[in-house]
Amino acid sequence: MSSAEPLSVAPAVTRPATTESAIVRVLLIAVAVGFVALFLILPLVAIFAQAFERGIPAYLRAICDPEALAAIRLTLWTAALVVPLNALFGLAAAWAIGKFTFRGRSVLITLIDLPFAVSPVIAGMVFVLLFGQRGWLGPFLQAHDIRIIFAMPGVVLATLFVTCPLVARELIPLMEAQGTEEEQAAAVLGARGWQTFLRVTLPNSRWGLLYGLVLCNARAMGEFGAVSVVSGHIRGVTNTMTLHIELLYNEYNTTGAFAVASLLALLSLVTLGAKSVLEWKAPRPRPGIRRRQRQQP
Amino acid sequence: MSWTGKRQPRVLPGFGLFLGLTLTYLSLVVLIPLLALVIKALAISPQRLWQAATAPQALASYRLSFGASLTAAAVNVVFGGILAWVLVRYRFPLRRLIDALVDLPFALPTAVAGITLTSLYSTNGWIGRYLARLDIEVAYTPLGVVVALTFVGLPFVVRTLQPVLEDLDSEIEEAAASLGAGRWQTIRRVILPELWPALATGFALAFARAVGEYGSVVFISGNKPFRTEITPQLIYAKLEMYDYAGATALAAVMLGASFALLLTINGLQRWAARRQAAFGD
Repeated sequence: MSSAEPLSVAPAVTRPATTESAIVRVLLIAVAVGFVALFLILPLVAIFAQAFERGIPAYLRAICDPEALAAIRLTLWTAALVVPLNALFGLAAAWAIGKFTFRGRSVLITLIDLPFAVSPVIAGMVFVLLFGQRGWLGPFLQAHDIRIIFAMPGVVLATLFVTCPLVARELIPLMEAQGTEEEQAAAVLGARGWQTFLRVTLPNSRWGLLYGLVLCNARAMGEFGAVSVVSGHIRGVTNTMTLHIELLYNEYNTTGAFAVASLLALLSLVTLGAKSVLEWKAPRPRPGIRRRQRQQP
Repeated sequence: MSWTGKRQPRVLPGFGLFLGLTLTYLSLVVLIPLLALVIKALAISPQRLWQAATAPQALASYRLSFGASLTAAAVNVVFGGILAWVLVRYRFPLRRLIDALVDLPFALPTAVAGITLTSLYSTNGWIGRYLARLDIEVAYTPLGVVVALTFVGLPFVVRTLQPVLEDLDSEIEEAAASLGAGRWQTIRRVILPELWPALATGFALAFARAVGEYGSVVFISGNKPFRTEITPQLIYAKLEMYDYAGATALAAVMLGASFALLLTINGLQRWAARRQAAFGD
């Protein structure tokens, strides 16, 4: 049985190349492209195909429906409130964490990442426990006629929670990799803190900031689970775009659901485009490289 | 200005102010709300908590949530691994476009992904109708949950693996080849060992994301109790019935799992970074 084996060893040495044979290469590319086509391209095509299934007039009617417009307005307002707040948080966190070393630094980074580890449903639920009718502050809020849950503030709070890490996560590694030399130079030359920040740090990290803003905006406009728990699904009042899509879909209004969905799909395509451009403009620092730079005295 | 640090003087201002702002904001938006959940869980009697957390319907939902997430993460390790390899190593038409598309599951709202996958895989959908002929049902079955979670987790494995593959030193491969190793031997003995940390990290990231996922799953799963109901959906149902204690018990289980995963991922990432730094150059 094994006596014939040694003979077959010889041909293996004839191709010592550091790449696979052409057949294997083509096969792997086919598998990869097939996977992408099935899981990414086909769904994307399906969204637009179903949105325009009944023609352009039906599409426009679905989008110009008063409830759809109300949902779009709420989504835009939510993003307009959430993105700047999280951007300011991201800048503050990146300055403190990226430019300084202190005890508990890595714990703080982990804490900032927390919202990513928490299910969106739980993210919405914590605000129901706090502000809901039977929540901790429920009686107080009711006595003062303040509505948070099943109203816009709840939607904003849940979205804030979910998107909180996005800008910070982009800026922290960036500011860390940039180090503090330029800022120190500015300080030595007599620049004040705010001047240093506005003239040196901010311009240096502008692409990272923009990238964080784009990601934060996409997530804020597309958030579903957390918002779903706190919104109460009041038509035309507390329904965001994603909740409106759910409503239409459950009512078997497929064209309407996909028409609104196509707007969000378009937003995600713009986000991907912006991401590609920004990555090409300013390559993101890699963990391995960062580590080395920080060890320098 | 301020000498807060023990070892080095701080030339840059604003540390105290910005750290204070960061901590305040993070506490208000994230930490205090999460603490409310923990306090709520502690206020419920342990018996009640245990009862709610181990009810048959809850157990069935954990099985589905964790089982489907593991399966989806495994699928992503295999196909995401191939995809990352192909994107880094080979040149072919539309490569850049495919590379950019990999992030689609990050960018596409989960609800949109949910209704789209459901319509694709339902028995009269573009894909579902062909699978129906083979007697394979995807929508409204556990398999549908796996499909949705695979979609959601896809970028994690690819994006974790890509930088590691790019940094892989080709000299080691050349050395292996010149010492007489076949290509398969080189891959198995030289390349794969260097990829393990990244593969494990990608797997854990995809798994962690999948366990908590809600939007893309609720449409395709059909939410049949005991069969296709994931844990987040069960929490949602309990909240709608004002069963806060039951919801809190389930949320506590999920939070525990999430924290364990977060710590695991941190550990894995440190391992991967160490590996990369050691082999980098």
